[in-house]
Amino acid sequence: MIETHHSQPATSRGTTLRTEEMIVNMGPQHPSTHGVLRLELVVDGEIVVDVIPHLGYLHRCFEKHAEQMSNYQQVVPYVDRMDYVSSMGNEFSYVVAAEKLLKIQVPERVEYIRVIMAELQRIASHQIAIGTYGIDIGAFTPFLLLFKDRERILDLFEEVCGARLLYNYFWIGGLSHDLPPGWVEKAKAFCEYLKPNIVELNGLLTYNKIFISRTANVGVLPKQVAINYACSGPMLRGSGVDWDLRRDDPYSVYHKIDWDVCVGRGEVGTVGDCWDRNIVRVHEMEQSLRIIEQALAQLPEGDVKAALPKRIMPVASEAYGRTEAPRGELGFYIISDGTGSPYRIKARGPSFVNLSVVTEISRGAMIADLVAILGSTDIVLGEVDR
Amino acid sequence: MGLLDKQFEKSNVLVTSLDSLLNWARLSSLYQMQFGLACCAIEMMAASASNFDMMRFGVIPRATPRQVDVMIVSGTVTLKMASRIKRLYDQMPEPRYVLSMGSCSNCGGPYWEHGYHVLKGVDRVIPVDVYIPGCPPRPEALIEGLMKLQEKVRNESMAKKHA
Amino acid sequence: MTFQEISESLQKKFGEAVLLVKADAAVDPFIVVAPQSICDIALFLRDDKAMQIDSLSCLSGVDRKGTLEVVYHLASMTLKHKLVLKVSVPTDRPEVPSIESVWKTANWHEREAYDLFGVMFTGHPDLRRILLPYDWEGYPLRKDYEVPEFYNGMRVPY
Repeated sequence: MIETHHSQPATSRGTTLRTEEMIVNMGPQHPSTHGVLRLELVVDGEIVVDVIPHLGYLHRCFEKHAEQMSNYQQVVPYVDRMDYVSSMGNEFSYVVAAEKLLKIQVPERVEYIRVIMAELQRIASHQIAIGTYGIDIGAFTPFLLLFKDRERILDLFEEVCGARLLYNYFWIGGLSHDLPPGWVEKAKAFCEYLKPNIVELNGLLTYNKIFISRTANVGVLPKQVAINYACSGPMLRGSGVDWDLRRDDPYSVYHKIDWDVCVGRGEVGTVGDCWDRNIVRVHEMEQSLRIIEQALAQLPEGDVKAALPKRIMPVASEAYGRTEAPRGELGFYIISDGTGSPYRIKARGPSFVNLSVVTEISRGAMIADLVAILGSTDIVLGEVDR
Repeated sequence: MGLLDKQFEKSNVLVTSLDSLLNWARLSSLYQMQFGLACCAIEMMAASASNFDMMRFGVIPRATPRQVDVMIVSGTVTLKMASRIKRLYDQMPEPRYVLSMGSCSNCGGPYWEHGYHVLKGVDRVIPVDVYIPGCPPRPEALIEGLMKLQEKVRNESMAKKHA
Repeated sequence: MTFQEISESLQKKFGEAVLLVKADAAVDPFIVVAPQSICDIALFLRDDKAMQIDSLSCLSGVDRKGTLEVVYHLASMTLKHKLVLKVSVPTDRPEVPSIESVWKTANWHEREAYDLFGVMFTGHPDLRRILLPYDWEGYPLRKDYEVPEFYNGMRVPY
């Protein structure tokens, strides 16, 4: 419990006024739970004593569907719908795992296009994360600005594959379509367009005095706790752990590109507080732009459908493939029994794991801070519940 | 009342039926429940944000069911969630409307066959006024569905009991 | 450390508890260990200087028709090696010791494996269903699972 005057229960001050612990229900319909999460709060006045998350309000049986599909490719649309704000990131992870199982080497052009798409998706996903975080804290304008920019990314995606949100674009061994003519120029123009907007965002939200006082020193996640809970993504890097699967367990062509891993430094508060998690996302958007620009410049020619397998029929084996999705380590554990349809697919969602640490870091916080903590973890319930 | 703008030079009297007046007022301020379920909720957010700006139709998100006119069921309804949706619907004041957004809440969508924990259509627990197809529907489709709902409200009458 | 070195030092330390070392698997090599010693092995892997496996990436249940498997995907963030451990238990008596005390992240993963497969993790502090409602019957990811006709008065099949 925090050692402040307000946090002391009335009984300890020797008055006759007695306070009791109360149970408050937050969700599943609550504007700041980012979906259908239900939190059972045990509160002592305004202080949170315990948080008991109840999940499963969006359990859509992904793993059952994956087993019932008649081939591996049919799983991709369901993978899309897991973490619905970063579909490209999910597909990337799934195809990396499936190609590891099938031992397929994809053409270099495919790898570069995948990296470009995944990084564009990372920007779009962080824009939602930061925008909705602003709303949680009480700032509405950044949300509108970020969504305006996000629409431009969605336009780019739409031009490539025809869908705004759920793409089915990455296929096992290739892509569903090559880039349309003129797309590369549009993507370059977008990078130029976004750069000043990130600076504007920093002025408007990140270094805003009210925002700092709501998020600095709140919900501090220590390094060792983050590692023991296997947190990943901005959650882990916000706590000062220099770990990114794109660099430390390399896949695709990230090793051919020059970029930096962003970590939280406790610039305005303690290392691992809510503000640090947010600034990691802002810096990652800048780094993603760097990656996209280099990948666009290096983009080789080639046929994106050259390596598509005629029949997907792996030998009886199993593989675990993991990538760095916008929220952290997204892994797929695929077991094949030698037939055309998967025997078992387990998805390890970063949101699921990151959410499990919320109880740990919100004990002793105020109820209003709990909203700030939950927003900073950036969970997507589609992936928590699957 | 865009149709009548600048039609009169002086203040004037307008004769209309009470039904039309009330319906006009109601359909121009359909408050929605701020409440998202799944993928479609992201498209619903996009529809309320800058580019599509659903607020120009008077659709303003409210965080409590007591203040809303329309519930947009945006996404997959699971069996665990279904009873909560029913309760939220029961808490809304009448007249109330339900927009079912996306294939999942229309009929189970991609989860219709093997989804052991998915409700195959929200109309199994609450009545639905407008169904919007798509997985997920584009924001334009959501706005179209909203205009269909406005049409429905426009044709209602106080004399007859509505759904 | 390579898979070879890890498996050798585990065999030296735990002997009989290491049931199978599958180094020639088609993709990822794995080690099958005895369920009752998984907790000791996990603690050794975490705390040994040469291992330093500090993170449990993923914990999955698998139904092998007759037996239930629990698969642990482990990784070391400092030494950057990975390891796959498996335990196997009969479906009619699926008891596996919980490793929640070693890696806290196992808490929710184990609850999920219990929820969907019915693996009983002994020593788990809070073994409840996590995704499905608390009054749900059966374990849906088992291969012989049959979807109920009704749940709480709502029809489940299409």
